Amino acid sequence: MNAYLDHAATTPMLPAALAAMAEQLAIVGNPSSLHRTGRAARRVVEESRERIAREVGARPSEVVFTSGGTESDNLALKGTYWARRDADPARNRLLVSTAEHHAVLDCVEFLVEHEGATVTWLECDADGVIDAETVRAAIETDPGSVALVSAMWANNEVGTVQNVTAISAVTREHGIPFHTDAVQAAGHVPVDFAASGADLMAITAHKLGGPVGVGALVARREAKMVPLVHGGGQERQVRSGTLDTAGIAAFSVALAECVAGLEHETARLVALRDDLIDRAMALSADIRPSGFWLRGDGTRRLPGNAHLIVPGCDGDSLLYLLDAAGISCSTGSACQAGVPRPSHVLLALGVSESDARGALRLTLGHTSTASDVDALIAALPAAIDRARRARAIA
Amino acid sequence: MRVVAAMSGGVDSAVAAARMLDAGHEVVGVHLALSQSAATLRESARGCCTIEDAGDARRVADRLGIPFYVWDMAARFKRDVVDDFTREYAAGRTPNPCLRCNEKIKFAALLDKALALGFDAVATGHYAQIVEGVDGRRELHRAVDMAKDQSYVLGVLDEDQLARSFFPLGDTVKPRIREEAAERGFYVASKPDSHDICFIADGDTKGWLTRELGAARGEIVDSDGAVLGQHDGAFAYTVGQRRGLALSRPAADGQPRYVVEVRPETNQVVVGTAELLGVNAITGDHARWCGPAPTGTVRVGAQVRAHGEEFPATAWAVGDRLEVRLDERIRGVAPGQSVVLYDGSRVVGSATIAASRLERVTTPSATTTTTTTKDAV
Repeated sequence: MNAYLDHAATTPMLPAALAAMAEQLAIVGNPSSLHRTGRAARRVVEESRERIAREVGARPSEVVFTSGGTESDNLALKGTYWARRDADPARNRLLVSTAEHHAVLDCVEFLVEHEGATVTWLECDADGVIDAETVRAAIETDPGSVALVSAMWANNEVGTVQNVTAISAVTREHGIPFHTDAVQAAGHVPVDFAASGADLMAITAHKLGGPVGVGALVARREAKMVPLVHGGGQERQVRSGTLDTAGIAAFSVALAECVAGLEHETARLVALRDDLIDRAMALSADIRPSGFWLRGDGTRRLPGNAHLIVPGCDGDSLLYLLDAAGISCSTGSACQAGVPRPSHVLLALGVSESDARGALRLTLGHTSTASDVDALIAALPAAIDRARRARAIA
Repeated sequence: MRVVAAMSGGVDSAVAAARMLDAGHEVVGVHLALSQSAATLRESARGCCTIEDAGDARRVADRLGIPFYVWDMAARFKRDVVDDFTREYAAGRTPNPCLRCNEKIKFAALLDKALALGFDAVATGHYAQIVEGVDGRRELHRAVDMAKDQSYVLGVLDEDQLARSFFPLGDTVKPRIREEAAERGFYVASKPDSHDICFIADGDTKGWLTRELGAARGEIVDSDGAVLGQHDGAFAYTVGQRRGLALSRPAADGQPRYVVEVRPETNQVVVGTAELLGVNAITGDHARWCGPAPTGTVRVGAQVRAHGEEFPATAWAVGDRLEVRLDERIRGVAPGQSVVLYDGSRVVGSATIAASRLERVTTPSATTTTTTTKDAV
């Protein structure tokens, strides 16, 4: 028996998405070909694009298909930085939240090391929320130097949902491009690109029941980007490469199903998540959830995200012990070359390095049931006890 | 039993893990991350802590169908092995970091963590054997393959550690292990053996020490104090060393010169003829016993460096100290190395060499007398 509590890493494909993918995989056709076979594939891609656009509040022309969230973030950060700098060499400053995913942080590091960028870090509060006034203050020290602002829609570790509109209100005032990584948000909380005021938004299929290997950068028409991948000129000349018809079709089906069932699924997952957190906290007085958590709330924290701090434990010990007990979860810490390090997100939230080592990310999804939570709560006490003993001697 | 198989990414630990699984144990693979810098992990080309090695170990674990984890012991490794290594060289001694790693990391930090997590033992790919003695005690013995025997670097393990350890390769010769790895479909089967010191990626110990300790110009002198040459740091020299002395004056007798002493306090390297290297008495500290500590004097075979020869000797312990009297004079006894004692193929114990000298009178009765006196003190 295996309880899969790592849906934020990747979630099983929805049956409808799998069926759509299998159907397309069985058919030949390059959407860029002009003959009938190509046209048939093109129709699938464009209808999928329209559906995805509709489900995230964007125009079809704003959807640029990529290989996934990481590529979308890379294109948003590097592509925009290069375009902005080429237009005005003074614009070399990046404003980035400290709690971003490595797909964003490592782009920043690259641009600083190799492309002459500077960075102003946007500090978040203990819940992981960035105050719009923080963004305003960072811009206003020197508005003419800002290339881009980047702040994620929902955090992949602690599940905090950002007030994206409040940030875009500030970036709009200054005419500065604003990118948001919505990889964890799309399909899980209401996402409306147009209403958000963001200029760029990264999404990916495999976090919402689609296949791994396909995603999109939703980019306003006026957003200028230097391409990262050159070739056949697909996707507005911004992202070359033969389009993945089957993956794109499955992506659109999965996203549509998530959005259609959002209200019901949110209520279901919030109840499971709250039960998980309450029962975990009842096991030991010092166990606590990290980030923002309010019982019954599914809008300010991702409905399926339970993230626990278990003081006195090493996350990797807990991970092993729970794995051995049939529970698949994540430490929520970034791995550097396979070596667990305290999560930069938790450190950004002000969690002590010692406590951050004992972080456990438990994420629920469409296949999760109460029995998964029961299995976790049954296995947790022995795991915590052993992990604490291991930490004490290390 | 529930066993942690320490998996370096090499062929030996891969086969060791597989053999533990075959023997019916519940096995979990663990790769130790020992380098503190992520850059080294990514870029280092050799040694046993590169990202490629972790990946190789993971591939074997996946093939065996066992769980696999990377445990970060970089801080402990730096404190207990790397810093100790540097400190020992700075003090004019020549340490063996593998021995220290076995004592402090593999069969201490790793074993303790494994026990706390509910495991019963640790298995490694070391070439050595654990044999159950007549009284049921577990004894450490040399490997069948004498060319690969690693019992020397395990001579620091005590009875409790041995009771929790498995060395599944000790009964097999290395070429056969490579064949077995190939038969099992491990693509590490033809991976070259690791050599040298894992944290000195380019193999240049002298260069590494110079970076850590700083170059310090000093004199090379003979035993009368006459200056024969210059060096860039006494720490880079080892007793018994002949190469790399760069003497400005050849010896009058035309005989080769060897390092006979390293004096860190004056940053001097003392050289002399081979004659001066001959010793028959060794004093060791930090004595460790692989079973019950011997009482009185014992007849042993003494080995003073890894893969070195074994010499007949008499030994006795005085608390944490070990005295060894060799039947014949031997050369190349360097302070900081370990003297490991054998009774046949069984490892009796070890100590870190603190001093060696030539004693003129070494009759058994004389040594016995000395023992009694020392015991009394």
